[in-house]
Amino acid sequence: MNQQFFVFLRALLGSCKDLLPIILVIAFFQFAVLQQPMPNFGDILVGLAFVVFGLTFFIYGLEMGLFPIGESMAQAFAKKGSISWLLTFAFCLGFGTTVAEPSLIAVAKEAANVAASGGIISDTLESQLSYANGLRFTVAFAVGLAIVIGVLRIIRGWPIQYIILGGYILVVLMTMIAPSWIIGIAYDSGGVTTSTITVPLVTALGVGLASAIKGRNPMIDGFGLIAFASLTPIIFVMIYGMVLS
Amino acid sequence: MNLIVEFLTTLKNTVVDVLPIISIILGFQLLVIRQPIPHIKQVGFGFIYVLIGLALFLLGLEKALFPLGKMMAVQLTAPEFIHAGEHILTSIHWSDYIWIYIFAASIGFSTTIAEPSLIAVAIKAEEVSGGAINANSLRISVAIGVAFGIALGSYRIVVGHPIHYYIISGYVVVVIQTFFCPKLIVPLAYDSGGVTTSTVTVPLVAALGLGLASTIPGRSPLIDGFGLIAFASLFPIIAVMAYAQLTQAKERQVKRKGDKIKRKKVNKRKFTHKKLALLESSKKNR
Repeated sequence: MNQQFFVFLRALLGSCKDLLPIILVIAFFQFAVLQQPMPNFGDILVGLAFVVFGLTFFIYGLEMGLFPIGESMAQAFAKKGSISWLLTFAFCLGFGTTVAEPSLIAVAKEAANVAASGGIISDTLESQLSYANGLRFTVAFAVGLAIVIGVLRIIRGWPIQYIILGGYILVVLMTMIAPSWIIGIAYDSGGVTTSTITVPLVTALGVGLASAIKGRNPMIDGFGLIAFASLTPIIFVMIYGMVLS
Repeated sequence: MNLIVEFLTTLKNTVVDVLPIISIILGFQLLVIRQPIPHIKQVGFGFIYVLIGLALFLLGLEKALFPLGKMMAVQLTAPEFIHAGEHILTSIHWSDYIWIYIFAASIGFSTTIAEPSLIAVAIKAEEVSGGAINANSLRISVAIGVAFGIALGSYRIVVGHPIHYYIISGYVVVVIQTFFCPKLIVPLAYDSGGVTTSTVTVPLVAALGLGLASTIPGRSPLIDGFGLIAFASLFPIIAVMAYAQLTQAKERQVKRKGDKIKRKKVNKRKFTHKKLALLESSKKNR
């Protein structure tokens, strides 16, 4: 018990260290550049304590729950030997975690606003909602597909750089023909898709698969799933824009 | 009391967000794999810790960091701050916004260091590589990439260049680097682009982009406000590969030095051999 407390304390200290840069930056800009007093000092102190404890608990739970479940499922699928079930799982994981992602919902709403004011869609609430939903499902489908491609790559041992390179070429080509109002949103949608819980889970899944399959190196083959998940949404959102216009 | 209610609301939202993931895992585990989850108690507690941790983290950010960061972004982009003393706005020059670039870089760096999903990937990478990749060095290189990316992205908003020229040149750099950097780091580097932008970075960076685009004359917040996140997810790839290249170059240098020392030792030994031989022969001659 005592030892566990010690471990927790050390994790807490680590979280404080992780947070120190933010505090320094904000303090510097508040006092030295903007030269203003700190508003609601007590509130901020409480909030900071929350952030430190939250980060500590998160990392603690990560190694206890998220990493082991990702790896054990990857091993179970590898033992079962059914590729189609594994790919179905990969798609569900990608699609299911993205479609409900709060930051994606926010970005989709914002994008619907842009489109309505740009005259792409009519300025009614209904058409905006259907546009935002279409965008969300497009991105979720793209992420599901990305995880499927990534898992297939791990199974077959394809080198990652050629697939990513092909993706880049596709993005560049599509940028030339896609309508200009979709480009900024498309590029951003690649970054917002991967949430804080999805990333550890997907990473553990990839590493677990690569270590369960003979002849795969977990370092070379295990990583890369998230890279696909942030590339395919760019392509699919541009397609969505082209279909609409 | 109010705080507890807020915490519970955040916790409820987090649980709702995580529900699809949990149901997919449970569904496949029970229906397809048909085996009990190993160490179910530990995993369950782990999930509960993750949920509580995330809820606390989000609430803390909402209470302390986001309002302050967003306010700063607005204040730093306000015309009164940038054109202090000048009353007539004739033209904008990119160098007027020097504090913005510094703020963008430092907020990008510091938020990336605290990004939970990057911490997760860094821990995994250190574990898998057997310590060859240091978690902290990886995080610092990613943070440097984000810092540079966001600063450059703000510069782009100020000068109003189209985004795709920057992104496409970034891609070209990534492709060239891929051919020259150690193969082991490539997938990890690609991944690090996607993990940087989540809970902490996105809201602050979005506020900065929106503030910039709405205060600079001639920029539309709807078009130019987007795009900072794209910068933040491209440059870490370059930074991580550059870090691997630097480490490799250093290792080579050390190795070369080691070889030189070895060669010197060998030379010395040869020399002593020769000496011995000479001594022997001179002895014989005598």
